[in-house]
Amino acid sequence: MALVLTLLVGLSAALASLGSVSLLLVLWGGLKTVFPLDAALAGGLLLGGLAWALARRRRLGSLPMVLAGIGLALVWALTAGGDPYRLGLGAFWNGLAPLTAGGLAGLAAAYGLREVRLERPDSEAWELVGLRLLRGAAFLVFVFMVVFPFWAMVAASLKPRAEFLADPANLGLPLSVFSEGFWPGLKKMLVGYREVLVTFKFLRYIGNTAFVSISTMFITLALAVLGAYAVARLEFRGRALMERAILLTYMFPAIVLAIPLYTIFTQLGLRDNLIGLIIVYLAQTLPVALYMLRSYFETIPASLEEAGLIDGCSRFEVIWRITLPLALPALASVGLYVFMIAWNEFLFAFMFLDTPELFTLSRGMVGLNSQEVPRQFLMAGAVIVTVPIMILFFWFEKYLVGGLTAGGVKG
Amino acid sequence: MPQGLKAREARLAFWMLLPTFSIVIAIVILPVIANFWIAFKPIQLGDLRPPRPAVRESVRAQPAAVGEALVVRYRVQNRTDNPITWARIEDALPPGLTPAELPEACRVQGAKIVCELASGLEPGQTVNLTLRFTAGPAYFAAGAPYPRDTRPAVESRAPNPILARPFTLDNFRAVLSDPDFWPMLKVTLAYTVFGTVLSILLGLFAAQLLSPPFAGRQVLRGLFLFPYVAPVIAVAFTWVFLLDPFAGTINALLLKYGFVHDPIPFLSQRYWPVQFFGMTVQVPLALTMVILFEGWRYFPFAFLFILARLQAIPSELYEAARVDGAGIWASFRFVTLPQVVGILATLFLLRFIWTFNKFDDIFLLTGGAAGTETITIKVYDFAFARANLGQGAAQAVVLFAILALFLIVYFRYAPKGEV
Repeated sequence: MALVLTLLVGLSAALASLGSVSLLLVLWGGLKTVFPLDAALAGGLLLGGLAWALARRRRLGSLPMVLAGIGLALVWALTAGGDPYRLGLGAFWNGLAPLTAGGLAGLAAAYGLREVRLERPDSEAWELVGLRLLRGAAFLVFVFMVVFPFWAMVAASLKPRAEFLADPANLGLPLSVFSEGFWPGLKKMLVGYREVLVTFKFLRYIGNTAFVSISTMFITLALAVLGAYAVARLEFRGRALMERAILLTYMFPAIVLAIPLYTIFTQLGLRDNLIGLIIVYLAQTLPVALYMLRSYFETIPASLEEAGLIDGCSRFEVIWRITLPLALPALASVGLYVFMIAWNEFLFAFMFLDTPELFTLSRGMVGLNSQEVPRQFLMAGAVIVTVPIMILFFWFEKYLVGGLTAGGVKG
Repeated sequence: MPQGLKAREARLAFWMLLPTFSIVIAIVILPVIANFWIAFKPIQLGDLRPPRPAVRESVRAQPAAVGEALVVRYRVQNRTDNPITWARIEDALPPGLTPAELPEACRVQGAKIVCELASGLEPGQTVNLTLRFTAGPAYFAAGAPYPRDTRPAVESRAPNPILARPFTLDNFRAVLSDPDFWPMLKVTLAYTVFGTVLSILLGLFAAQLLSPPFAGRQVLRGLFLFPYVAPVIAVAFTWVFLLDPFAGTINALLLKYGFVHDPIPFLSQRYWPVQFFGMTVQVPLALTMVILFEGWRYFPFAFLFILARLQAIPSELYEAARVDGAGIWASFRFVTLPQVVGILATLFLLRFIWTFNKFDDIFLLTGGAAGTETITIKVYDFAFARANLGQGAAQAVVLFAILALFLIVYFRYAPKGEV
């Protein structure tokens, strides 16, 4: 039974490592290569057998397994004429790829079998190893699934059309541009960004989007603080009912609002207008912002405010001097969340804006999605829309995650 | 609390909530009512342009000497489909012209010609107003100005077609008898159910993956949120680009490894035949891709909530299960699952509703082509692609009714205390 377990681990480790290396070679190197299935099956079985033999003597360590993996890869490389991945590069690179893959396979197998009692594997050992294999596979799949499109977006934005069409599977950076020196090369690489920012006026759209998002953020915060404070601290009839109503608006489909708002805003002259857009975004973010802030205000002890009231401060002074400073983390969460919604919004920007001078980034992107515009520019635009959100996200991740979980960003 | 203080607090609360309330009422509640209204009116997109008469001025005769006639004609046309109830045209009158023959609607007022159409214009109606003047010496002294050099100012009144048109059930008839109605509902249901389930399952997996502490967990958590926080337009276009049959990376990879011999048009083909134990199964290709996108984009949402819940489970529960001899599967089944089932139910409800309401994703990926037309796409299609606001609104009412039905059924039969 122990042998079956180690063979299973060896096979999985070899398949995952050799396959990943092959995929990376294709995606980053732009190389013609193969998926070495036979080698992975044979090598995996051998690796598993070796692990079984090693584990009979003493505890299985990582180093022997890595060495075993490299050794097996060496045999593989030699039998395949020194170039098992059929890369057709120099001897060094041809050899490095399979050896790396083999070493990784050994490491993965050692991790899979770590601290498993192989003398008499019980059901717990099987479950443990099964879970590790599943986790390992899931890690690979999830990381690839999340990183791949974003990496592709950046890589494609840096590549001229001809170079991309020559090999669409190659998502490596076009390093050949640097043959003319660093600065000219960089300039050539970033030509898509220059075109999009200047010729397609994305500089202007960035300004418009920032104006809309920042205005929405501050107005929402100001109004939501007032409303949330009222709901959290003051007594009035219909408080419970109002909370329900706020949550209900959360379920409203935007498309149902689209036709009447289009109609009404057209007749009021608010349609092709950034102020009109801000008003719509306010309505979309205010209920959730109010709800989130209210929950936070309720965690602040009322006694702090009562002290202020007794000292003769007015309600608004109390909010400004006592409540808001205490609620700064919540304000950051809610503010970021509102900013993100406004920045990313597509439907209303798309329907409302006709004048190119008023376009937000989402609206401007639609113009890049045409047969006449190179895909390189479309991807450069996508990067430009995404990067500010990503920077904010990494800077304030703690707050944003707080905001997301507290409000559950509608999406 | 004293009575006066209580009243003051209530008044203060009212003023503090007023801005939020007004905005929500104006932008959410009123539009929903307006949508119902429009759904019962035969209104086209073009009706939103206010009906205004088109006025064309032409000079029929230009005087060459004193005493000769100057003839100006205003051609007033209602080119819209809506009646105009009143119109008034005002134009500057060059000096030295005495009116010889004016239509009943027109008069000279100081240095101006004023024509008033008191009974308005029917849709498509044209009225010609021909004015005849006699030129005096002053006209030539002023350099014989050409009347068309000054443009006439036009004012008009018309009833708002949204208020004026009669109520009708035609929009609902058109929507319900549309040949795509039932297929569209099926597509919507499949997209909603599978998209929701997929995103929650992926989220559950991802949360399980990141729940035990290890180095780099924070970075991975941030990474896993990427698909969700990135702008939809950027990620949708990226996937369109990657899935392109001719120059897409995914197809290039599949071809390179020899998995397929011809590129797969992922987002533009309705069915893809798949050999399955000798049988050929027609897999709805574009719909599957759209559902996969939904799972990819929204798993972080479920992931975040489930992860928070997992981290709140006290470790004693797991230890107790271990002592009782539970393996890994058993402790997931009997410890973890009961703890997260509540949040799973909530997530299912939220994601189900939001996926059902979802418009942007499919619109950007396929535009509703190749068998991916959901009910929200249909609303847009009626209202803006076919320029029939009334039918679009009627479709939106149908959407609303289905949503309300879901919610009623859910709150009626769902276990209490979960939401």
